[in-house]
Amino acid sequence: MQAKTSKTAAAPVMHTREVGWWSLLKRNLYLSRHYYVLMAPFMLIFFMFTVIPVGISLGLSFFHFNMLELPRFVGWQNYSRLFLNDDVFLIALKNTLLFAVITGPVSYIACFLFAWIINELSPKVRAVMTLVFYAPSISGNVFFIWLIIFSGDSYGYMNGFLMRLGVILEPIQWLANEKYVLGIVILVQLWLSLGTSFLAFIAGLQTIDRSLVEAGTVDGIKNRWQELWYITLPSMRPQLMFGAVMQITASFAVAEISIALAGFPSVNYAAHTVVTHLMDFGTIRFEMGYASAIATVLFALMLGTNVFTQKMLRKIGE
Amino acid sequence: MTSKVRAMFGMPKRLNRSFTVSFMLFALLAVFGSFMVLPLIYAVNNAFKPLDELFIFPPRFWVNNPTTENFADLINLMGNSWVPLSRYIANTLLITLVGTAGHILLASAAAYPLAKYRFPGSKILFTIVILSLMFSPHVTAIPNYMVMSWLGWINTHASIIVPSLAFSLGLFLMKQFMEQIPDALLEAAKIDGANEYRIFWSIVMPNVKPAWLTLMILQFPALWGTDGGSFIYSENLKTLHYALSQIVQGGIARAGVGAAVALLLMIVPITLFVISQSSVMQTMATSGMKE
Repeated sequence: MQAKTSKTAAAPVMHTREVGWWSLLKRNLYLSRHYYVLMAPFMLIFFMFTVIPVGISLGLSFFHFNMLELPRFVGWQNYSRLFLNDDVFLIALKNTLLFAVITGPVSYIACFLFAWIINELSPKVRAVMTLVFYAPSISGNVFFIWLIIFSGDSYGYMNGFLMRLGVILEPIQWLANEKYVLGIVILVQLWLSLGTSFLAFIAGLQTIDRSLVEAGTVDGIKNRWQELWYITLPSMRPQLMFGAVMQITASFAVAEISIALAGFPSVNYAAHTVVTHLMDFGTIRFEMGYASAIATVLFALMLGTNVFTQKMLRKIGE
Repeated sequence: MTSKVRAMFGMPKRLNRSFTVSFMLFALLAVFGSFMVLPLIYAVNNAFKPLDELFIFPPRFWVNNPTTENFADLINLMGNSWVPLSRYIANTLLITLVGTAGHILLASAAAYPLAKYRFPGSKILFTIVILSLMFSPHVTAIPNYMVMSWLGWINTHASIIVPSLAFSLGLFLMKQFMEQIPDALLEAAKIDGANEYRIFWSIVMPNVKPAWLTLMILQFPALWGTDGGSFIYSENLKTLHYALSQIVQGGIARAGVGAAVALLLMIVPITLFVISQSSVMQTMATSGMKE
């Protein structure tokens, strides 16, 4: 790598001294042509289905567009309607923030805590426990098991269990009751949330230099909590950043679980989220401009939270 | 005494460890571990329950008289349906295999220059990839539909396969992993006269096999579990997951078959993970974000 960069940088300088940045860039582009060819297929698809759609979405949020007529520019109207005239959106926003505040940090801390305890086990036990915690997140759509557990009749496991204990006399309609449904969706979301970042944490813990820990002991680290704060966490900062991004994004994007468990729309919008609101306007009512405004708000929320969290994580171990 | 107990729990001896705290932490691990695994064990049990046990009151967790009846029923049911089961399986396999293999190839090709060289635009491209990790696909759902319909890809498998090829998490992990390949190896190949494509294909690719498996374990369950979303409408193009979810929606009458279906859906990705676990861990160790 060093050889390559020095070659590309040095070559034009040898020609004449007055080469402008433009010919330098042209020469650089020419020398790197193979790299662009290698990246082209991925980047083409990536831009077409990820980057450009985000741009379109940002632009469309200022238009009225129903897929039939031509888009009509309306300025900030979609946004003002969203925050001032749409009570359901405010419920969705409240629920999403609740998800983000509860499932985000809880699953992030759980990912780390369990990874940290698992790391103390012997390799074989560690492999089994990793599987136990990771399996729910890759077992696809098996979360409909929770439909049976929280089923509203006496065949539901939760109802059967509570009735046998004598806590309740009649089955409770868990998923059709505003009081319980959001809590159940949060519970199932937590069950599913130990995914990529959990693996990253376990792997990160295993790469920590043991001599660092030993040196810490010599320097007076007395218990595992001090070791955690002064050695383990700072050594894992790159993985912690990565995990934060993954968990924040997931906790803002809750939708499928809410739809599968609570229905669409859920009772009195009790488990409505920004994403289900987006689906409502985008795929049912075809108000694309308005749906794009919702998408933009969601994007801004995710990005803002990520930037904030990364700033916080830099303070670890100080 | 305590060292024996430690060995029993599979805990190697470490400095600065108090036994009481260890015990409490492992108790915590056991409690939450059961919370994670019990629903899955329950799903396995359910699939082997005869119908009378599925509807017993109060409901039971373990199966008493295991039977494979549910699986036989599933095969019968699918055999009588309008579109044969093999068609759904073929659709799912096509999407999963092409999508996963293509993703590994395209992501590796794109990750190699980003990991090993600096060239005009490399930094900004990687920043865009990192930024795209920060939002969910729902943000782009609507423009994606419009792009698909302009391309005429609605109701084709391409609408599922092609976007999945450029999944930014895969590129990110692959790039982090490739940074570990020693530069000397690449330079030696260059001196021997290999061009960039040759180096990528014969040197870099074989060296990142653990990362292939990681990309696979991330991509496979997503595609295996896809129901075609809002893009596929024709019955004979639909996926196994869609067909099976229709059965599950059949309600009480098909509860047994539904349980068998749940087992089938979860067993494939889990088995895959068990096989590839150590390679996945090796890649994940390089997954961090630099400041």
